[in-house]
Amino acid sequence: MTMPDYAYDIDAVRAQFPILHVEHHPGVPLTYLDNGASSQKPLAVIEAMDSYYRTTNANVHRGIHKLSEQASEAYEGARVKVRRFIHAASKREIVFTRGTTEGINLVAQTWGRANLKPGDVILSTQMEHHANIVPWQMLAAQTGAVVKFAPITPDGQIDADAYARMLRELPVKLVTFTMVSNVLGTITPAADMARLAHDVGAVVLMDAAQAVPHMAIDVQALDADFLVFSGHKMCAPTGSGVLYGKAALLDAMPPWMGGGDMISKVTFEGSTWNDIPFKFEAGTPLISEQIGLGAAIDYLNALGMDKVQAHEHAMTRYALDRLAELPFVHVYGPDADKKGAVAAFSMDGVHAHDVAQVLDSQGIAVRAGHHCAQPLHSLLGTAATARASFYLYNTFEEVDRLVDALYVVKRTFSV
Amino acid sequence: MYDFYRENILDHDRNMRYRGVLDPADIDYEAVNPLCGDKLRLTLRLSEDKTHIEALAWEGEGCAISKASASMLGEMILGKSLDEVRAISKQDVFDLIGIPLSMNRVKCGLLSLKALTVALYGLGEWERREQAEED
Repeated sequence: MTMPDYAYDIDAVRAQFPILHVEHHPGVPLTYLDNGASSQKPLAVIEAMDSYYRTTNANVHRGIHKLSEQASEAYEGARVKVRRFIHAASKREIVFTRGTTEGINLVAQTWGRANLKPGDVILSTQMEHHANIVPWQMLAAQTGAVVKFAPITPDGQIDADAYARMLRELPVKLVTFTMVSNVLGTITPAADMARLAHDVGAVVLMDAAQAVPHMAIDVQALDADFLVFSGHKMCAPTGSGVLYGKAALLDAMPPWMGGGDMISKVTFEGSTWNDIPFKFEAGTPLISEQIGLGAAIDYLNALGMDKVQAHEHAMTRYALDRLAELPFVHVYGPDADKKGAVAAFSMDGVHAHDVAQVLDSQGIAVRAGHHCAQPLHSLLGTAATARASFYLYNTFEEVDRLVDALYVVKRTFSV
Repeated sequence: MYDFYRENILDHDRNMRYRGVLDPADIDYEAVNPLCGDKLRLTLRLSEDKTHIEALAWEGEGCAISKASASMLGEMILGKSLDEVRAISKQDVFDLIGIPLSMNRVKCGLLSLKALTVALYGLGEWERREQAEED
């Protein structure tokens, strides 16, 4: 194993994550390799939320009292941090959501219902998470629009020719795709795909759930019309998340949920809407969670997203090399240079659930199942895979532990 | 080694009893575990007077827990009357499996009982049992 050529004190990083130091079973340390599902939280995030509840807790945007003002400042401060983190042109373009899924549903039910007609095509890809399939199928049922899926190549890349052809030949109004596949790990050519989509006048949504936690993102360089992600996969709490949208698009969209905070004026005869982003934030928001997201962004910035990405890339390369040593293990998706920090695999003669269960006995947490990508799994010819996914605190030794434990699985099932 | 996978679970996983599809069958039903997408198809043949289970077969994809529980449940119900089968509870199946299941794996362990219950008595019967648990 070669030492990584970037400055990254992994022990200091791990010291910031209390859960990594809790024994998984008596005498067995935790090897947390389920980061694609959710990441662990550093002290800075835990303490930000704790401090909020101890000293600042109040509702935002309405109160005149000091606590409400402080809460509002912290909440809106988080919005500014998000804006800078993804290089949005304005904080008005940052809509807080509960996560990626809510962001996609919001776009489908507002922009989608207002803009799609029968026969219009929503173009997605064959490697999407259910969250980027089902909302569009629901929208199609409501509007008469049609959902199509650009095919992928055998090595798990978008079929660029087929994608371009579909854009040319179909009346595509919206293109929606993942930036990093949660199963294959494939990093899609998002900026190129957006450019081609814009050439035919389509609006582009990027599912960045597996991208924002792992790499520097610039929504303006990508020319994304909408970009969605979740906080909980990037060191922030569950319930935090973001919909980025270009201001002109957000302005023209009708609201989704009605209620407090999203209105400008309410009378018994009717109501008018608040400005963006508040038009899309009905009800008391997830205040402490979004403040926690702000703290997570501070943490990631201090670490440096370039270093995070370099570390994860080295981890992924090492993991794929080690897994390739095991003839009874089959990894899905492209080579390390073309993928994010994920290795979904199957094992000869052992169901993924059983792989995960035995790995758990060895202290190793992986995901097993279809990872909310059933259509992709049927394409791969398997109902379920096991998935190891890495984050900024994982170590090369943990990869070795995974490999050793896969031999335990093999022995357990005598395969 | 790891005692979650006791020898009888592994044995039923590897050599699932009554594997296949009956054709013709009196009852043909496929249950799906929405958490993982695993499927289990049950075909059943009843006695001439329609009171007893005369033959059965399981077909499908699943983890060791779901396959072993189907295999053991099949052994339990073969030749039994429909009234006896109706009385089989979730706990009876947990007892067959014999190891504690975590929340996320309960659905694996009970997929076969769900298939059996829905196939013979309808989805309403299964939902009634689930609701009764919640209340």
